[in-house]
Amino acid sequence: MALLVIAEHANSELKPATLNTVAAASQIGGEIHVLVAGSNARPAADAAAKIAGVAKVLLADAPIYEHRLAEDLAALVVKLAPGYSHVLAPATTSGKNFMPRVAALLDVAQISDISAVVSADTFVRPIYAGNALATVQSKDATKIITVRGTGFAAADATGGSAAVETIEAGATSGLSSFVSQELSKSERPELTSARVIISGGRGMQSGDNFHLLEEIADKLGAAVGASRAAVDAGFVPNDYQVGQTGKIVAPELYIAVGISGAIQHLAGMKDSKVIVAINKDEEAPIFQIADYGVVGDLFKLVPELSAELDKVK
Amino acid sequence: MKVLVAVKRVVDYNVKIRVKADKTGVETANVKFSMNPFDEIAVEEAVRLKEAGKATEVVVVSMGPAQAQETIRTALAMGADRGIHVQSDAELQPLAVAKLLKAVAEKEGPTLVIVGKQAIDDDCSQTGQMLAALLGWAQGTFASKVDLKDGTVAVTREVDGGLETVDLKLPAIVTTDLRLNEPRYASLPNIMKAKKKPIDATTPEALGVDVAPRLATLKVEEPPKRQGGKKVGSIAELVDKLKNEARVI
Repeated sequence: MALLVIAEHANSELKPATLNTVAAASQIGGEIHVLVAGSNARPAADAAAKIAGVAKVLLADAPIYEHRLAEDLAALVVKLAPGYSHVLAPATTSGKNFMPRVAALLDVAQISDISAVVSADTFVRPIYAGNALATVQSKDATKIITVRGTGFAAADATGGSAAVETIEAGATSGLSSFVSQELSKSERPELTSARVIISGGRGMQSGDNFHLLEEIADKLGAAVGASRAAVDAGFVPNDYQVGQTGKIVAPELYIAVGISGAIQHLAGMKDSKVIVAINKDEEAPIFQIADYGVVGDLFKLVPELSAELDKVK
Repeated sequence: MKVLVAVKRVVDYNVKIRVKADKTGVETANVKFSMNPFDEIAVEEAVRLKEAGKATEVVVVSMGPAQAQETIRTALAMGADRGIHVQSDAELQPLAVAKLLKAVAEKEGPTLVIVGKQAIDDDCSQTGQMLAALLGWAQGTFASKVDLKDGTVAVTREVDGGLETVDLKLPAIVTTDLRLNEPRYASLPNIMKAKKKPIDATTPEALGVDVAPRLATLKVEEPPKRQGGKKVGSIAELVDKLKNEARVI
């Protein structure tokens, strides 16, 4: 049977998390279909059709899917599910929102946040903030899966030429309605797909001081993140948060500034290729996992880093 | 208006967990347990709704072994009115918990159900959404603000790009994110008072719910250890290493 991947997109464009999810589906094996449910989402569907390994794109284009409310999106996926052995979505805030609803309506378990595929019914998923890895086997007829993007190298965004088939939209549930959104505007890359990330913790002392990190970010083409402590202290918004309860990232380079390295933060970034830590406390746990640690006052060291980067660029 | 809050007893967030040598799970003997942090936020939100005169009663429910009663007591000490303990020593996966909560909700008739967005042990983040599906109710997940109105609730949600606000028809389910509130510490007099608050006991069998697990855990292992710990003496040295050794800039 075929596999269905639910695309993450912003109607006018496809989000990179879709590519990692397609990659997970390819590892399971079988014909891959992608559902794009949105409003004026033709561009996203066309992009999905170009992903290497995708056999068919289903486009449900209707105003009710503009913001992909869980109630309406789940109803659509449940209608499609009987034709598929597996339904996969990225473990983003969107995937985490509607997928458990799909699972419950189908009376099956959800396998959350898989980081590896063992076989068609067996998967690895991190538990306890990534401090343990559980290998779980599903006994259900339909596998409902959310995929941790950092576990799977992105599928090629080009090379495919799948047909886009328009499917009928469902009726609205009438249970919920979209009111508004406030999206953080940033010229910088998204945290979950950035090649370089620089994050600040409680040691930053204030939100204003994050401009020190932004300066470095702009020099490296990096995204700016934060620890839960910095979010809790109100320095930066929650969507900056890297960790067990925030975003899971694995960039080429992760620079942790004024972050002590609580378990829950490490859970979100310890799979980064190279980790740099800048902290005044040489006993801070972050140094145990850092490839390169620098002990000292960040308010002196970060401007130094900025100046040094100018020299090598 | 009644608010139902579900709480879970989990290994305390400060505990560095150890994987059992036989790979069957995580060591839980002689380990500190406490209420799942997101559930504390759920209890706090419900108690605040009551204090604001918007809710009339806060009922707390927990599933699990006898010790789950301690977690219920903690919620009662924070200000909840009474507890329900669904006693079970079996492994309860999110779908089973959602079915148990549905059975409880059908008896209790709450207008709002508040649960944590995720338990910090299994990290599933499923129960609230599944409960909403089973009841056919609206869901407001990862909430950073809950604004109860007449017949609806506006929920501001933490989403990947920022914030999103949705309007939900009541009754509805809300799952809590970090910034919704800062949970209170229970005062000693309130801890004493909580001992007198009622906790009803029931079982999955009495609620007519099949809780058999759908996922079999084949093994639990430690993740590969990261080789870190190297320090460099200066920023100049750091930049040199990043450029010429790690080749990431």
